[in-house]
Amino acid sequence: MGQDDEVRRSGRLRTLTRGLGELLVTGGVVVLLFVAYELFVTDLLNDRRQAELDEQVQAEWRERPAGPAAAEAAVGAPLAVMYIPRLGADYRRVVLEGTAEEQLSQGPGHYPGTARPGEQGNVAIAGHRVGKGSPFLDLDRLVPGDPVVLETADEWSTYRVLGDPVRGDFGADPSGIPGRQVILPTQLDVVSPTPDAAADAPASGAYLTLTTCHPRFSARQRLVIHAVLDGAPVRKTERPDGPPALRGR
Amino acid sequence: MYGWIWRHLPGGTTGKAALALLLALGVATLLLFVVFPWVEPRLPFNAVTVGD
Repeated sequence: MGQDDEVRRSGRLRTLTRGLGELLVTGGVVVLLFVAYELFVTDLLNDRRQAELDEQVQAEWRERPAGPAAAEAAVGAPLAVMYIPRLGADYRRVVLEGTAEEQLSQGPGHYPGTARPGEQGNVAIAGHRVGKGSPFLDLDRLVPGDPVVLETADEWSTYRVLGDPVRGDFGADPSGIPGRQVILPTQLDVVSPTPDAAADAPASGAYLTLTTCHPRFSARQRLVIHAVLDGAPVRKTERPDGPPALRGR
Repeated sequence: MYGWIWRHLPGGTTGKAALALLLALGVATLLLFVVFPWVEPRLPFNAVTVGD
């Protein structure tokens, strides 16, 4: 009788232990699957979405009557195509208006209210570092003088990362604006009309600011790249195949 | 848990194995395309903008 009780109790304990073990192993597999999702599945979905957006924006540009674009793009609408030759000759991303997750999961997002490509002021663009196509994964590879080209309906705007291209010193620009900085997420003035000045200070030039999370896989800080417009925007009718910066100059 | 599922699947060993595989694939699909897309925006490591 007492022995039977003991057998039953140890059997129940074994079932419980096994169940707990299985639960823990299952949890581990689910977490691994989530990592695979973040690193690969979101990239796949994003590739497809970017191709759709590319077709959409090209069609819009073909059909648009000549003349200035609307003053404000609708949130979620494609705004420009961005090229960063340093990140690959084929690096090309459609930038959307808006920086909510809904836009950022589709591509880099333009901070609403900041300048538009080619304008005086600061064109500010945020993008994911890891997952969702990882548009800004290797943003830390940019060095001073590197071009970032924005294509809009009628124009190419070539921006160059601030700093001294010869010495590779990000802090060498006479304006005092660094080509690269790592900041706290609360430091809003990086997207001011003049980067790092007050939000209501006038623009001292035509800038481009890219923001992403830093370090990789973390949201503790932000990696920020500042660039300045190199010459005036070029009409696409004059240069249908893009500015020289796209071919590594 | 897995023992219980195995015992309750109908058919012989081959049938059970096929059904188990199907079940696992179903759960993975549900996780990848329904659960994870829902969970993800609620996690903290996706913030890339300033000021949020």
